[in-house]
Amino acid sequence: MSETGTQTVRFVRDTMLPEAAPPASQSGAVKWLRENLFSGWLNTILTIIGALVLFQILRGLVPWFAHSVWNAQTLGECRQIIAETWGEGARGACLAVVRDRWAQWTFGFYPAHLYWRPVLALVLLFAALAPILFSAVPRRLMAFSALFPFVGYYLLWGGTIWTPVVALAGFVVGYAVWRALARRNALAAILLALVAALVWWLLLAGPVERALAQVAPLALQSVRSSSFGGFVLALTIGVSAISLSLPLGIMLALGRQSDMFLIKTLSVCFIEFIRGVPLITLLFTASLLLNYFLPPGTNFDIILRVIIMVTLFAAAYIAEVIRGGLAALPRGQYEAADALGLDYFQAQRLIVLPQALKISIPGIVSTFIGLFKDTTLVVFVGLLDPLKGITDAVRASTDWKGIYWEPYIFVGFIFFLFCFGMSRYSMYLERRLKRDHR
Amino acid sequence: MTKTVFFGTLTVAGLAAGLASAATLDDVKARGELNCGVNPGLVGFAAPDASGTWAGFDVSLCRAVAAAVLGDPQKVRFVPTTAETRFTALASGEIDLLARNTTWTFSRDTDLSMDFAGVNYYDGQGFMVRQDLGVTSAKELDGATVCIQTGTTTELNLADYFTANGMTYTPVAIQSNAEGEQQYLAGGCDAYTTDISGLASTRAAFADPENHVILPEVISKEPLGPAVRHGDNQWGDVVRWTLNALIAAEEYGVTAANVEDMAANSPNPEIKRLLGTEGELGAMTGLDNDWAKRVIAATGNYGEIFSATIGEETPIGLARGLNAQWTQGGLLYAQPFR
Repeated sequence: MSETGTQTVRFVRDTMLPEAAPPASQSGAVKWLRENLFSGWLNTILTIIGALVLFQILRGLVPWFAHSVWNAQTLGECRQIIAETWGEGARGACLAVVRDRWAQWTFGFYPAHLYWRPVLALVLLFAALAPILFSAVPRRLMAFSALFPFVGYYLLWGGTIWTPVVALAGFVVGYAVWRALARRNALAAILLALVAALVWWLLLAGPVERALAQVAPLALQSVRSSSFGGFVLALTIGVSAISLSLPLGIMLALGRQSDMFLIKTLSVCFIEFIRGVPLITLLFTASLLLNYFLPPGTNFDIILRVIIMVTLFAAAYIAEVIRGGLAALPRGQYEAADALGLDYFQAQRLIVLPQALKISIPGIVSTFIGLFKDTTLVVFVGLLDPLKGITDAVRASTDWKGIYWEPYIFVGFIFFLFCFGMSRYSMYLERRLKRDHR
Repeated sequence: MTKTVFFGTLTVAGLAAGLASAATLDDVKARGELNCGVNPGLVGFAAPDASGTWAGFDVSLCRAVAAAVLGDPQKVRFVPTTAETRFTALASGEIDLLARNTTWTFSRDTDLSMDFAGVNYYDGQGFMVRQDLGVTSAKELDGATVCIQTGTTTELNLADYFTANGMTYTPVAIQSNAEGEQQYLAGGCDAYTTDISGLASTRAAFADPENHVILPEVISKEPLGPAVRHGDNQWGDVVRWTLNALIAAEEYGVTAANVEDMAANSPNPEIKRLLGTEGELGAMTGLDNDWAKRVIAATGNYGEIFSATIGEETPIGLARGLNAQWTQGGLLYAQPFR
């Protein structure tokens, strides 16, 4: 045995072996599958169950969508087409209802020849939002953003042009008073400006508006609130409430942190009361209870009432989200602001709020998304929201009675587009505002 | 903030419109428009079409009242009301007239301070089951799961009926008719119960109506009628007699087509009084003498409305049944115009 070793030819490889491909189990799709789906017996079982569930869902959904019908006038016709094309007993989506009634889901009962007005308002809305949302857009366009509420109102509701103009003039009056007095006493100037604006709106606006309307009757055909419905209604309520609730929420959050007893108490009471009450209750209050308190015959616009209630509701939640942002700021930031000699408003504006709001972005956007989806609750006060109000109206026609999933899928899809857009924008904003180096 | 204050000014302008009196008739005339509370969507009874024009059996009554009071059946603002908000909407003055397939019951008439102006549709509650369930009578439904809409009289009737017959059931609460259909078709409940008119229209929309049966038992009385606020008798009279005019017109053979001819040439004094060519009946209710003529010209008589909206010629296909004239074995009986 011992000599065998001596006769062995000694071999040393003088070239490197070519790199072999990794074993099949350690590369590509197989590796990914092993690591992510079958990395243990528990995960393997879960994967198989998941795949089965997915298969079951797709087995129902894929043929249903594949058999969809877009050209039909009634549900019966839809069924007939599906039965003729795919055989007796086949099931398919009757998306023809969307094609037939999409205008109603979009505009509600807005007069058809005036559809251009909400469409134009939507386009202008994006133009007005651009300078607020994106810093690349010239700042000068902010002037248009400030004017948009009036332009939007005029386009949507119509009527005499002097209504929004006179309302706008109230701000001008207030601003003029503030400018005139600001040098002497800052607080008095703000209060007097408020009083002047209120006097204008409550006492002078009506007669001035009527007088102007007689002199120059510039008017669009007026559209009443009961004609609003569908996504025009959802967007009107959603956009107004979102844009109003953010400033109100910031004020409430600061009020709750204030050292002044009255302001703090009022803020806390408001926030806790609103958060303790379901939105539906507020809407019922707006639509039904208010009528008992106001004199009969009072024409207090229902959409306006709903916007106010939804705004108050969202503002309370925003206030708490922002309070979280304020609490997350290190104490040193407040002290640094004091050390620089900034007064309260300067400190809030320049140091505290920019940081607190940045921290609060995800929470604020969640609240906005929730608010936008909550606009469908207005169906309970008799407004025709897209999800149930318009859908029920469509189902009540003899043509489409019996249709169930298709409207929900359509409306859900549109809502998804809006909410997903908001969510992506908030992620973009967070990235842009990122100042730390992690 | 800007918008809130801005809308506030509009509100004040509205407030300045002033304090109105309790006389609904004067309010409606002054406003030039009738606010009518309707179902936001009930096949055949009230539904907006693709262009937003409301039509249906209950809607026609609103139009008839508008024709009587304002002379124009189009001067109606339809306020969609839910089952929960309808009574408050009426009591608070948001609507002048509730024509929303509302059952006339004791407590609604008294406790809820409403006045029912009459009955425009006699309904009753029934059951629908699948054919293959093999049930032929509601008495065989012991232990069944039943789909039932919450917040309606049908819910109470169901409980009463099963208790009275010593049977048990499991309720499946649903919110709307569409949801009920879906639950029932998906097998979520053995039986679906609502008013017979609703069952008929629901079944007509099924893909396989022949596989579903409506059981013969009618377990409740559901007289559906228009309601007004308690205490405003003049307005109540207007609505009651508008409804009566529709019913009487059918009885006397006055139709939308021949109403002018009848008014001019009919020898029947009752028709003459109805159509205002004789007597001063209109003035007694605060209207003019042509009111009933306008109503019938605008909407047709009761029978015409019925067959145009829910009758056997429509996809809903309801038979007249209890809603035939008293002379035809039904319950419709208009008080005399005298």
